[in-house]
Amino acid sequence: MANYSTNEFRSGLKLMLDGDPCSILENEFVKPGKGQAFNRVKLRNLKTGRVLEKTFKSGESLEGADVMDMDMQYLYNDGDFWYFMEPESFEQHQATENAVGEALQWLSEQDICVVTLYNGSPLSVVPPNHVELEIVETDPGLRGDTAQGGSKPAKLVTGATVKVPLFLDQGDVVKVDTRTGEYQGRVKDA
Amino acid sequence: MDNWQSGSSLAMLQGRAELLLTLRQFFFQRSVMEVDVPVMARSSVTDINIESISAKPYGGSGYLQTSPEYFMKRLLCQGAGDIFCLGKAFRDGEQGCRHNPEFSLLEWYRCGWDEHQLMDEIAELISLVFAARSSQPLAIAKCTYGNCFSQTLGIDPHGVDLAELQEKAVAASSESWAGESRANCLDLLFSLLVEPQLPLGLVFVYDYPACQSALAQRHNNTQGQQVSRRFEVFLNGMELANGYFELTDRAEQQQRFDEDIAQRVEAGKPQISADRHLLAALEHGMPSCAGVALGVDRLLMQLEGADSIAQVMPFSWDRC
Repeated sequence: MANYSTNEFRSGLKLMLDGDPCSILENEFVKPGKGQAFNRVKLRNLKTGRVLEKTFKSGESLEGADVMDMDMQYLYNDGDFWYFMEPESFEQHQATENAVGEALQWLSEQDICVVTLYNGSPLSVVPPNHVELEIVETDPGLRGDTAQGGSKPAKLVTGATVKVPLFLDQGDVVKVDTRTGEYQGRVKDA
Repeated sequence: MDNWQSGSSLAMLQGRAELLLTLRQFFFQRSVMEVDVPVMARSSVTDINIESISAKPYGGSGYLQTSPEYFMKRLLCQGAGDIFCLGKAFRDGEQGCRHNPEFSLLEWYRCGWDEHQLMDEIAELISLVFAARSSQPLAIAKCTYGNCFSQTLGIDPHGVDLAELQEKAVAASSESWAGESRANCLDLLFSLLVEPQLPLGLVFVYDYPACQSALAQRHNNTQGQQVSRRFEVFLNGMELANGYFELTDRAEQQQRFDEDIAQRVEAGKPQISADRHLLAALEHGMPSCAGVALGVDRLLMQLEGADSIAQVMPFSWDRC
């Protein structure tokens, strides 16, 4: 992998730090008028998700991480692994539960996800921003209460629980934003 | 290309024009003469942490100037008296929210003054430009480097031994500071830990560590420690200006050039030879004076509440 010097640092760049792949979130150039320049860098450890802050001397360089984001189709889960396929080459990748992480509760077969590969294996999975899922469990709907008012928890077919308006019922299909876990609307004619 | 337009609003450019006019009027009224010295020269600074941008007139070697300092000092030696320069300066590798490789610098010298008299004049100037925009008076504070440093870090920056300083620097940043010089460790700790603790308003920090003298004279502080007669000015926690009670001794100047050049060799940095014209001028004799260089773009950032230097310049490097 190529090395990247601090003057090439920008948000989104993937680097190796203490043996783990990290992604730069913020990079601030600091230089006292007569002093040594340095870069204060905020990074996310892509394995643990933890955010850390490091200070590098300007001109220092770090090894790039062999990390690649790729759109893949979710195929199925065999109890141990989750399988994803590259749409062009049909190459399949198996992801561990750890790699799938929170995406787990949103995944339906055939969804197109962003799979981050590290040294060729899935490191993390980001589900589609919006998914449409059926309600499998919720308190009975209240007729007449259509627009305003309260909400109630509803369990979706993939396992996630979201807050939905009171009028919705089991069997209804809802649209959810997976980034916030918020209900976006009811999908008609499902 | 979306970047053909200025990164500044037209209202910001109007504010910039007014600031430049106010600065010029301030000095004109005080009989300080404007000198528009060259930005390109055959020689440049030897300072270990300042990189010059090469220019090649007639295919020869030259540099864009990192400040007007040497030209201004030659004029001082020639008897020009009080002078100021408001123009562009260039430094390689400096880009960020507070840096652009080309920037506007206001530099001035007061003959017969010491650094404290000059700090008073800076306070008058900055108060004046702020008064034009706000009814709130600007808070002004003054503190020695030693006190600022020890209040935040609990150590005396002039007396502490290098190993302890390096330990603190590593703890504040990363392992790569383990073998760093005294000056670099102090700068790191000051920038990371002391600067954020400075009060709002205008803060003068003076009596810098002797190892960070640059072109300032040295003297002993009240504790009998050798310190440099250098000061820095911070405006709302942002470094704004750097000034000295100027070194006028030719032999000492030559020695500091030699030390810089040796450090550059050791660090594998581009070699720059000492400015012969400046040394010759000092040989002739430089009047006792104090001088300061102030970042005009940063002053405008503070006046306008901008978070990035690109917002206050007509065209930052990204758009050039």
